[in-house]
Order: sequence, then C-alpha cells, then structure tokens
Amino acid sequence: MKYFRSHILIGINETSLNSGVNAFIQALRQELAKNDLQEEINVLETGPLGFFGKGICLTVYPENTNYENVKIDDLPELVSDHFLKGRPLKRLMLDASGKFDPKFNYEHRIVLRNSGIIDPESIEEYLGTGGYEAWEKALLQMQPMEIVEEVKASGLRGRGGAGFPAGLKWSFTAPLEAEQKYVVVNADEGEPGTFKDRLIMEGDPHQLLEGIMICARAIGATKAWIYIRGEYKLCINRLNLAIKQCHEFGILGTNIFDSGFDLDIEIKVGAGAYVCGEETALIESLEGNRGNPRWKPPFPGIKGLWQCPTVVNNVETLANVPYIIKNGSGEFKKYGTPECTGTKVFTILGDVAHPGLCEIDMGTTLRTIINEYAGGMKKGFKFKAALVGGAAGVILPDKMLDVKMDFASLNQYAAVLGSGAILVMNEHQSIVDMLWSILRFFRHESCGKCSPCRIGTQHLYALISKIRKGEGTIEEVELMLTTAETMQQTSFCALGQSPIMAIRSALENFKDEFIEITKK
Amino acid sequence: MYKEICNKYAPTKDNLIYILHDIQDTHPQHYISEEAVEVVSEYLKVPANHIFGVLTFYSMYSTKPRGTNIIRLCESPPCYIKGSDNILRKLKTMLSVNVGETTKDGAFTLELAACLGVCGNAPVMMVNDDVYGDLTEEKIEEIIGKIRGGN
Amino acid sequence: MAKTVNVWLDGHHVEVPDTMTIIEAADKYGVHIPRLCYHPDLPPTANCGVCVVEVSGNPTPKRACCTPVAEGMKITTNSNKLRSYRKTLTEMILSHHDVKCPTCSANNKCELQSLANNLGVNPDALPNIMPNTPIDDSSLSIVRDVTKCIACGRCVTVCNEVQTVYALTFSDRGIHAHIDTAFSNGIANSPCVNCGQCTVYCPTGALRERNDLDGVWEAILDPTKHVVVQEAPAIRVSLAEEFGMELGTVTAKKMYAALRKIGFDAIMDTNFTADLTILEEGTECVTKLKSGSKRPLITSCSPGWIKFMETYYPDLADCVSTAKSPMSMFGVLAKTYYTQEHGLDPANIVSVAIMPCTAKKFEAARPELRDSGYQDTDFVLTTREFIRMIKEAGIDFKEIKEEDADEGMSFYTGAGTIFGATGGVMEAAIRSAYTLVTGEELEAIDIMAVRGLKGVKEATIPVPGFGDLRVVVAHGLSNARIVMDKIREGLATTGESPWHFVEIMACPGGCVGGGGQPYGNNMAMRARRGEGLYKEDRNLPIRKSHHNPEVTRIYERFLGSPNSPLAVKLLHTHYFERSVNTGQIIKEATHKHH
Repeated sequence: MKYFRSHILIGINETSLNSGVNAFIQALRQELAKNDLQEEINVLETGPLGFFGKGICLTVYPENTNYENVKIDDLPELVSDHFLKGRPLKRLMLDASGKFDPKFNYEHRIVLRNSGIIDPESIEEYLGTGGYEAWEKALLQMQPMEIVEEVKASGLRGRGGAGFPAGLKWSFTAPLEAEQKYVVVNADEGEPGTFKDRLIMEGDPHQLLEGIMICARAIGATKAWIYIRGEYKLCINRLNLAIKQCHEFGILGTNIFDSGFDLDIEIKVGAGAYVCGEETALIESLEGNRGNPRWKPPFPGIKGLWQCPTVVNNVETLANVPYIIKNGSGEFKKYGTPECTGTKVFTILGDVAHPGLCEIDMGTTLRTIINEYAGGMKKGFKFKAALVGGAAGVILPDKMLDVKMDFASLNQYAAVLGSGAILVMNEHQSIVDMLWSILRFFRHESCGKCSPCRIGTQHLYALISKIRKGEGTIEEVELMLTTAETMQQTSFCALGQSPIMAIRSALENFKDEFIEITKK
Repeated sequence: MYKEICNKYAPTKDNLIYILHDIQDTHPQHYISEEAVEVVSEYLKVPANHIFGVLTFYSMYSTKPRGTNIIRLCESPPCYIKGSDNILRKLKTMLSVNVGETTKDGAFTLELAACLGVCGNAPVMMVNDDVYGDLTEEKIEEIIGKIRGGN
Repeated sequence: MAKTVNVWLDGHHVEVPDTMTIIEAADKYGVHIPRLCYHPDLPPTANCGVCVVEVSGNPTPKRACCTPVAEGMKITTNSNKLRSYRKTLTEMILSHHDVKCPTCSANNKCELQSLANNLGVNPDALPNIMPNTPIDDSSLSIVRDVTKCIACGRCVTVCNEVQTVYALTFSDRGIHAHIDTAFSNGIANSPCVNCGQCTVYCPTGALRERNDLDGVWEAILDPTKHVVVQEAPAIRVSLAEEFGMELGTVTAKKMYAALRKIGFDAIMDTNFTADLTILEEGTECVTKLKSGSKRPLITSCSPGWIKFMETYYPDLADCVSTAKSPMSMFGVLAKTYYTQEHGLDPANIVSVAIMPCTAKKFEAARPELRDSGYQDTDFVLTTREFIRMIKEAGIDFKEIKEEDADEGMSFYTGAGTIFGATGGVMEAAIRSAYTLVTGEELEAIDIMAVRGLKGVKEATIPVPGFGDLRVVVAHGLSNARIVMDKIREGLATTGESPWHFVEIMACPGGCVGGGGQPYGNNMAMRARRGEGLYKEDRNLPIRKSHHNPEVTRIYERFLGSPNSPLAVKLLHTHYFERSVNTGQIIKEATHKHH
C-alpha cells in the first residue's frame, strides 16, 4: 500500500458539483503532478465534510485544515503554500483564526464516523472500516428476537421526529406470522432546515444499507424500500451504486452468506410532498397513491405497505443500528442520557459563525451546540431565538438556551426535538416574519385531506399575513391561537397538529412583538 | 413514446410515480399531458382520475407545459431568513414572470419549492437537477446568464 | 372472530363487539356524537374531525368514526373542550363554503346546515375564503358546485369504491384540494355514468341533479301543449317520507292527485311499460334460451348500468337486452300509440317522466331514442325535483284526496311495481318467462332468493322442458363488475356464461335507491322503500305482467305481438362503445335495431 503524507478530502455534494468540482479535481491533480507531489498527496473524493462552506470545500489530513470556496485559480497558491511550504493558506481557511475546529474535538460520531473519511462510492473502503461485520453477526450469530432485544436494550429512539423507541416498534412486527413483511426507510427528509439524512446517505450509504439489513432480519422482512425525495439525486445514485455493490459481494440477494435468508433493497423516489414524511402517507405514496395519511390503528407495524406488516424507520435511526449490533447496546448507551441514548445529528443554521452539522450526545444543551459546535454567533450578531425542530418545531428564546436537546427534556417544555434542525435568529430578525414563513410552509404542505388542517392552515397564513403587514388586531392574534389549538386537537395527522407549537412559543416568548405590530 | 417509457416498468400501480417522473423528465416541456395519462392508465390498469389525483398532489409534477429550464426557489424558513424573498423578486423582474409562469421565450419556468434539504447554503434554488446555493442577486444574474448562454 | 368488549360511553357500561368503531357503538346505544363526513353506508373518510371524542389514556381527542372500540375504553362524547373544538371546526368549514342556504337545493336537507344550527356556531367567526370556482354544468344529469363542497370525500368513495365508475377524484392539495374530474374536463367528459349516487350521499348541495323544472312548468302552463306524465315504480314509495308519512308507504293515488292538481294533462304510469318490458325482454330471453345460446341475456332498464356497460364492457353489449327501458318505451308510445288512440298531434305532446334517477336525464337525451319521430321523452324530473314541484304548487300531499290515474297506459300489475327494487325485474321476468316457455302458470311467484340487499344474488329455477334456469341479480356497479367479469371469464374459458339471465341495476338497492331520490337516505331506508313495493305487489289483484289487460290491448290494437317488427322498431334499441377516459362514443357496439 502506498503511503501518503497528506490526504485532501473533497466534499462531493450538490453545491460543490455546481461549483464545478470535477474540473477542479482534475486541475488539482495536475497541479500536484506539476509539483511532483502526486505520490505524496492523496486526493479523495468523499461525502459531506461536516461543515458548510461556500463552493468547493476541502479538508486536509492529518493537519485537519478546512478550506472553503476554493477555485481552480487558487490551486497554484494553495499547493505551493500548504503542501510545499507547509503553511496553511489562511485566506481560504474556514476559520482563519485556526482555533475553531468544528469537527473532531467534541463530537461523538456514530452515524457520521465514516463521513468525509472514506469514499462513499467504494464498498471496499466501507468493508475496510469493519463494515458489514454487524450484518454478518446479526445474520449468522443472532436470532431475530435477539436483535430486537439488543436494539430495545440500546434505548435507540426514532430519529425522524417523534422519538418512538425503535426496538419496541420492531417488537410489534417481528413475532407476526405473515407471508410478506417489509422494511421501509423514510428518507423523505423535508423538515425545513434538516438535511442530516442526505448527508448520512451521501457520506456513508453502506452504513444505512447495513442498518436496513439488520432490521429486515430482525422482523423477518425479505424486501426493503428506501423512499427518498426526488431532489436528492446524489443520494439516489450513491445508494443505487451501493446496492449494486452489495449484490456483487453477495451481501444482498438470495441465501445471503449461506444463511438461507433473502433480502432485496429497492429505492423509490418521491415527487415532492412534505406530508409523505408521515409514515402512513409515505406508505400511500409508495403504493402509487396521493400521499394522504391513513388512520391509525391499525399501525403500519401490523398493516402497512399493501396491508403487510411494515416497519418504517428514519435513515438516521437505521444508520445507528450497525454500531449497536457490532458493539452491543452497552457501548451505545454510553452516549446521551439514560432516557435518550446515543448521539444525534443536528443541523445548525442561521446566524452562527459556522453553520453545519454535528453529531453529538443526546442531551447536549442548545447553548453548547451553538457555542462549541457552531462557533458561537456570527460576528456582530446577538442571539435572539432559535427555531428548533424545523417548521413543526418551537421558537426558543435565550432563556431556554440551557435546555437539553433530547426528546424527553424538550417535551417538558411542550417543545420537540423533531429532526434536529436548529435555525438561529439574530436580534434584528422579526419573530412575526419567521412565524409568517413557517405558516406559509404549512399552508403549502397540508395534504388537504382533513378539514381542520386544510382550512386551518389557510386561515393561519391569512391571519399572520395581515398581522405582518400591520393590518391585524390583537384579537386576530388570539384567533390564530384558538384556530391552531383546534387544529392540534382535531387534525388527522401530525402536520395539522404542529403549527400550534410555533405559534404558541412565539406568542409566549415574544408577545411584545405582536402587541407592537397590531398597534399600528 | 409514452408507451415505451411505460414498458420500462412493471405494470403495477406502485410504479406510477416513477413512470410519471420519467415521462415528465423526457418531455421537452417537462409536463405530463392528458394523452400521456391515458397511455399510463391503460398500461397500469389504473383509472385516469386516480392518476390525475396523484399528479396534482405532488409538487414536482406539472399538468401544463413548462419552460426548458425549471427554476425551483426554496421559500422555507431557513432560506427565507437568508433573504429568499429578495431572490424571488430578482428572478421575477429578471425573467418578467410571476411564480408558476414561463418566460416568453420558453426558456424558464419559475416555481417555488419547500425545503430542498440544502439549507447549509441558504438561500437555495434548483434549476432542473442542479442546486445553486448561497444565492445573491448578482449570482442570479450570473446563473441565468450562463444558462441562457449555454442554450 | 369478533370479541365482545366492555366500553364505557359517558359513564354507561355497554358491551359491544370489538369490530365496531366508537361511533357505531354510540349509535347502537343511542348516544349521539355530532358528525359530518361520516355516513353509515360508507367506509369512514375521517376528513371533517367533527366526531372527535375523548378516549381514556389519549392526550388528544380521537375520531369516533374510525377508532375501534377496545376493552376498558372510557369514552366521553361531550365536554366543554369537545364542544368548543366542534364549534370551531364547523366555523372553519363554513368559512370555506358558499353559505347561500335559502336558495340551495339542499336547503333543510343539508347536513352542514343542521350541524351548524345544532351547535349554534358563529358564521362570521372566520372570514369567508371560498374561491369563486365556476359550476360544472357540463353534464345532462349532474351539476357540481365546488363552492358548496366540504371535501368530505363521500362522493369520491361512492364513485370509485361503491360504483367503480372512476369519474371523481381528489385533486390538488392543501387549501386547493378539491374534488374534480380528470384534467378538470367536466362530468360530461368523464366516465361518469350519471348514476347520481354522489348526489344522494353529498351532505350539502355541492352535487345535485340538473334542474329541469322550469321547462316542465312552461309546458304545463302552455295551453297548446298536451303534457303526458309517467312515474317510475319507485316514486310512489318515496314521497311519503318527505311529507310526514311513514317511510315506505305506497302513495300512488295521492301522487296521481297531486300531478293532476299541478296541471298535467294525462296522468299515466311507468309501471305499465314495466309490464310491457317483461313481455318484450321475456320474449327475447325465451328466444335466446331456445336457440341454445351460451351467452346470457342481461337487463337494460337501468341507464346508469347501460352507460357503464358501454364504457367498461362493450365487448358484452350483445348480451344486453335490446329492449328499451320502461321509461323510453313509454316515451315512444306516448307519441305514437297514445296520440293515435286519442287523435292527438304528436308534435304537441310533451312527455314528462318522473324518475328516481339522474341517469334518466341522460337517457332521455340519447339521440337514438327518437323512434317516434320526435325526442321520445322530453323531460325527466327526479323525485327530488318532483317534491319541490309539489311544494311550489302548495299541495298538502299528506292530506290530498286519492285519485286514479287516467285510463290506458297507467294500468299495472304487481310485477311492474317491483321493478323499483333490486331483483324485481328478475322476479317479474321469471313469473312471465316461465309461462312463455312452458305454457303453464308459475305458482310460487314470490322468488325470495332474488330479493333483499345482498350485492350479488343467485337463484336456480327449474323450468320444465328447459331445465335449470340460472339467474343472477346485481345492484351497485361494483357488484355488476363481479358478475360481468365472471361472464367475460366464462365466455373466454368454457365458452359459456355461468348464468342464463342477469339483472343489473346501477344503484345499490335498485331504483328505490336511485340517484334522484330524496336526500338523506341510506341503505336501511332503501330497504324500507323496497319492502313497500313488495307489499303493494302482494295486494294487487294481478301480479304477472302477461295478465295486464292494457298490455294485451296494446298488442292487439297496435304492436301486434312481442318482438314484432313494429315492437322492435319502437321498443328496442342498440348500444355503443365509449371511451373509458371521456365517456364519449367511439363506435357502435351492436347493430342498429332497424
């Protein structure tokens, strides 16, 4: 094996592809060759690097230097400075001070442990990290119910938003006698501000596949579907490639590892509907219908896809499973809180110094996440509020900065962890505007099936629009609240039940803004 | 032509969404016509009213002819607080269209989208399959100009 | 297997099977839960949210319409919170509704209106946001007004699941979600068969029949016109419920009196041509049986069924009787036989049919039904329109003195009257076909096997000299599909139909459950109306069509014999093949009958 002095990791994602990353890589290789460095410096195309910079971003190992917005024209200077002279090129560095390292100091990476390190398009590299060992163990050394028990013991809770214990969910389906059972992966990530699943799939598609396989074995499913939103082209391509590689390696298919177990995984592409993130709406969509949710009970675990028992899990949930099976639930429980074990991938956006994602222990406070992982507020800005959990989340003021970010802790404040999206607002931004944007989103995404949500989302949007223009009254602010309350109590699914959270938290914490604007 | 697209998929209802994507992607005007629905209906043995219901549910489908390039600007909260409304204004004036309309030359259709999952680079838009992030008004001019030039 | 579970309804302990939903259990024990989209005949769409109740152990209320009962469940159906949610919900629904109650066709019958009234809601709680969507009046039968629609989805369920017609669907989403035909082409350009079941189940006035009352009044008030009226079998049993009499009472003679008072010139009865149909169709059947044909004969009275057949089973059009429906037989005879008998000019005849049916409006307008030289039937009114007419004329229907119809084409037998219930045509046909084949009279004329509301009813009748006559009756078009698919399969595999004679009615329950029948009816009410007709049959002096003296007379004086060249010319028709997407004619499916 070749020894490289340094590795240049290049994040291949939709943004970098648009910035011409392919031509860039070619130019980089030429530049390295020109300086006779091609044997010393390795160029690696990889998935998300764990931070968000503009344009093409690079991480250089082992120095762990992050560059952003690097252009072809910068290459001679970069190669000469960093790789010949050995001093990082400050003007392109993500954090010019060099102190901030968003990635490896504090994080505990389980689902993102390979992201940005291995080539996601290479099964060999995944295998090289111990990949598919958990699958082999689950298939050859464990009984299905043992797998279920292990996942139960791990305390793993669904990472899609509601936080339902995954092992418990599996335990409803596993013992059922049925001709056909299914695993359905919810990769229809649509919560505003959330893109963790995209990064997990782009960065380490095999890990997700391995999680699916273990789940399928546990519940006795021979077919799994990944329902992925149509916009995630790169994920779709990488997952398709990964599935193909698994078939070539005999990891998927019939009689896997001579165990007698068959499994196939197939990808289904969505067509643009936020409500399809709801598991029964997703199933409807998979069947080729409008994505209207179904009434529960019966739950999908009993009667799901084509009326067969079906476990629907989020991408991040399943991506945790190989680690649990390989290392045991005890290892997993070392992270997080007793009630909410493990890690969580958060996406931090808005006016922080370093927007991006991080995978940290459940129960880390909002303050720590903002200060330690996102580098604090952007220079010159003060924290005002954070929208936590996406549109279906709550607006938290500064007095809530010390709330622990996990399902149980947030529930105490009638808030939700949701998908783990954190959108930070500065002191100049208007809560009324933010609420308007959230309610516009719900109006657009209501499926229109049930009256409270269909009509309610329209009224909420109309009311906040009027208020925002300074034409509303304080009575109309109250009307918004009662309308949203009735929606919460009577809507068919979580979509219509959600707008109350943003409205109530906005009114509770920032009532003055509403009083002010309705006085005009 | 529609029949050939259908033939690539097994004639089961769950392939409906795939077939519709394929038809729309391969049509130069990026839409699904009544004629196409009739062919799909016959192929899948799924009534046309069902297909119409599905077609109008999902935001990625169109039942009306569209431009060569589809612009889908994200208007969700993360993009909104990063100024997506200014970007929308810029696009509207630059292209002289309203949301949902197609430019006179048929080059662009302007649409709004819910979260595209690229919030790290808000504000974001997609033009066809390509994502453009960290949008500014200047960048919009550049992107539109480039696509126009490329055509 | 259903288990019995213990449930507490507002504190009262009840035992119910675990297959029930909360609303079913509550209805069973007389606990009223307010509701809007729920209908006992249909699977719940669970769209409106009005039926929410509190269930022990649940933080948020549950929909009673779709939540199954469970052991130990404690249900609260009324609380201040629930009342407030229901009120707000109803106010929301009203805010997206064109509230023009006094002029609405569903006024006083509207389920939203009565819910709003019962709950005492504030109609101005929220601004009205109903868009000004144009009315779809493309169809000859059915009008669709989206501004009155509350998107409960009953019509979509009825159209797609009960009737499998596939005309209506939900379209778009969010606040724009609404019910539509494919590509918004309008009902006339959809596979709609005009059965009108959507109008019967619609809780508001969003779906209704095309209003033809003005044309009828104009004709009545025009002294140069001679207006002849016929009433379908089901009409006489569907008026009582609307005028404070017991559901299912036969009010034929009050109906005649009311018609005379309204000003019709000649009061006749479709039951007469129902009897005539038996002679024409029965003869056709016997000829087919004797020829040894392996293909069945299928009834042709139901216009919804006929358009359905032309759309989905044109390959079996030759199996459908060529006999026109009783209404259309009457129509052609009113402008030939009747005018001849009375020395009238057919050009001055206006022929009006009162039908329990919306599809009859479409049938009347069929261009091929002009064998009199004129449009055979000029106007079709539904039961609902007729009721409005009675009310407009200020007639106290309950108290009106009974009168007879005018003589001639009004005399009918018990066989004619049971045409209005599912299985009735089959029973009437067997009563006469038996005689046509054997020359003897059938003694046991109550054919119980073909009565009742079972979706597909089979019977085998031993007929001496022929063998076993295998018959089947289907009502509701999803049941029709079951029968037709088996026939298609039988013909394709063994070359033989499983049955000799088939009755199909488009509407569940037959004509008593027709799409033009009074609002607010359900399967249980349809059954009661049907029982009314069977009761009338039992009490009539003549119960077999071939004993109808007026039928004998028309053959003697005018038609000759059943299936004579003149009978075929006037009383038989042919069929078309239609597009499954647009319902438009593609080509002829059977040969022109003359």
